[in-house]
Amino acid sequence: MDHGTAIEATKAVVTLDVALPGIIWGWMITLNMWAKSIGTGVILVGAFLLYRHKKEEMPNLRWLMPLISSIALNVFLLFTLIDLHQPLRMINIFLHPHWTSAITVGAWMATLFTALITLLALIGFFDQHPDVRRHCGLAKKIRGMSGVYEKIFPFVVVLAIPVTLYTAVIMAESSARELWQAPAELIQMLMAAFMVGSATLVLIADKWSENARKDLALVLALAVFFSFLMYMGEYFFSFKSAEAEMTLTYVHSGGEYNVQFWAAMLLGFIIPFFVAFGSLKEYNKTLMKFAAVTTLIGLYMAKDVWLKIPQLLPLS
Amino acid sequence: MKLGFLVDLNLCMGCKGCEVACKVENEVPLSTWRLRVKYIDIGTFPETSRNFTPLRCNHCANAPCERICPVSALHYLDNGIVNVDSERCIGCAGCVMACPYGAIYIDPETNTADKCTYCAHRIESGMMPACVVACPVEANIFGDIEDETSHISRYIMEHQGGVQVRKPEKNTNPHHFYVGGGNQTLNPLAHERIEGYGLFNNITHLKHVGDPNHSLLDRFVAPFVGHEKLDNKSLMDLESQAQENKGGH
Ligand code: SF4
Ligand code: SF4
Ligand code: SF4
Repeated sequence: MDHGTAIEATKAVVTLDVALPGIIWGWMITLNMWAKSIGTGVILVGAFLLYRHKKEEMPNLRWLMPLISSIALNVFLLFTLIDLHQPLRMINIFLHPHWTSAITVGAWMATLFTALITLLALIGFFDQHPDVRRHCGLAKKIRGMSGVYEKIFPFVVVLAIPVTLYTAVIMAESSARELWQAPAELIQMLMAAFMVGSATLVLIADKWSENARKDLALVLALAVFFSFLMYMGEYFFSFKSAEAEMTLTYVHSGGEYNVQFWAAMLLGFIIPFFVAFGSLKEYNKTLMKFAAVTTLIGLYMAKDVWLKIPQLLPLS
Repeated sequence: MKLGFLVDLNLCMGCKGCEVACKVENEVPLSTWRLRVKYIDIGTFPETSRNFTPLRCNHCANAPCERICPVSALHYLDNGIVNVDSERCIGCAGCVMACPYGAIYIDPETNTADKCTYCAHRIESGMMPACVVACPVEANIFGDIEDETSHISRYIMEHQGGVQVRKPEKNTNPHHFYVGGGNQTLNPLAHERIEGYGLFNNITHLKHVGDPNHSLLDRFVAPFVGHEKLDNKSLMDLESQAQENKGGH
């Protein structure tokens, strides 16, 4: 048999082994992280805008921000659930919590966060639309809680930070995957939230004041800039461990993950940076919306590569 | 009492008796393994050697799988065994991501995590693990590593300096040792998986984790209507998996 290449004298080759499992955490986990970044990101960026500007400058923010967040978080929870091999046993996280696990802590926090955001979304929606379900008892009750919105909002903003970060802790606890073992992942999670949070808000910012929109462009530009730098640092100069090096060498050598990574960098980081940077001077609605969409697509693709590649490495 | 395992690789002849005994004893489904014996060939003809390495869960004293499990389905027994409660497991696969040794799999029949338990059920009734009993050359040594007079403790003392664990840098503190191992046999990055060099098959990666015919919907309804009967064909679609050989690196 001619195998094309001779094996070096010192080389060791596996000649009999079982078939190894491939990717276990797949696109559903990517979608889960991506949706969570949107869910927490719109709240964090929204809070920043509310701190800097008057409410009247962003008339639809009060109801659309929690509504978008709530939808994204419910998508996140749904895919968390259906990715489980025993979805009906999700309840065990609440009945038998194991507190050393970031999965447990995260599930509790995310559930509380989603419940609060959904409440804010309902209050915001009924306040904004006084004619909808006028005579419905529940709607009346929710309208009566209008003041609760402003009371719980600061708490929700603070909670958004650990909710967005805990996935990085799960990744750190996934000690088999060396690529994820870095404090950088925490910062990347936060940057991801600011990226897609601002990108999503760009899509509803048409009627906002020019200054508020420029702030949005500023957040987007800064978030993609720092996140891109970190990806580049990790991609080219990662000296974390032999396993991380091996994982990246595999991607550097080409193939579908290489293409996906660079497409992600272009769509999610490079295009939005230049567009957002340009919009700091003169805000271009169409271009900004285009950049917002590419940011959302690019981040999904980048997260997907980073999630899958370390799973291709044989562990034993 | 802390139970530990030692494999003397100088003795192991790669007969796979332990692997088969484990499969039978624990009814390990097709496409999954609690214990496997890996063959690694080193060198170029005629200077070659074939090495055999049995691989199973290390029952780490500092186990990342136990730490990440959100529901304590993975838990320690008093004797140090890292056990699985498959009734409680939610199938999140966190443990599969955490175990640095790839020792955990998702059982395609129960849809829960599983792995070597050092045959905890046999230990309970005073028996040795099935693989230990099956080994014709007594390469598998099992016992209490806290008891200085036990066979395993004496073996470790006799081979001081030559006793190794896999990936010590991970600080998992494995309770599974090797004698006669080297970097090329114990470090998965030190050997290659080259297509076409497999002795009996060329499948290096599974396409599916678990049963390929098990849909998402089945995950919800299976607890009520039961699982479909599995056969070889449903677990191993060899034709299509042959295409998946390039899945890893
Ligand atoms: S070898 Fe893996 S499965 Fe076994 S105890 Fe250690 S981390 Fe857990
Ligand atoms: S798959 Fe089961 S045993 Fe593994 S971490 Fe999840 S709940 Fe625990
Ligand atoms: S039964 Fe013994 S000799 Fe045979 S493969 Fe297993 S450890 Fe090696």
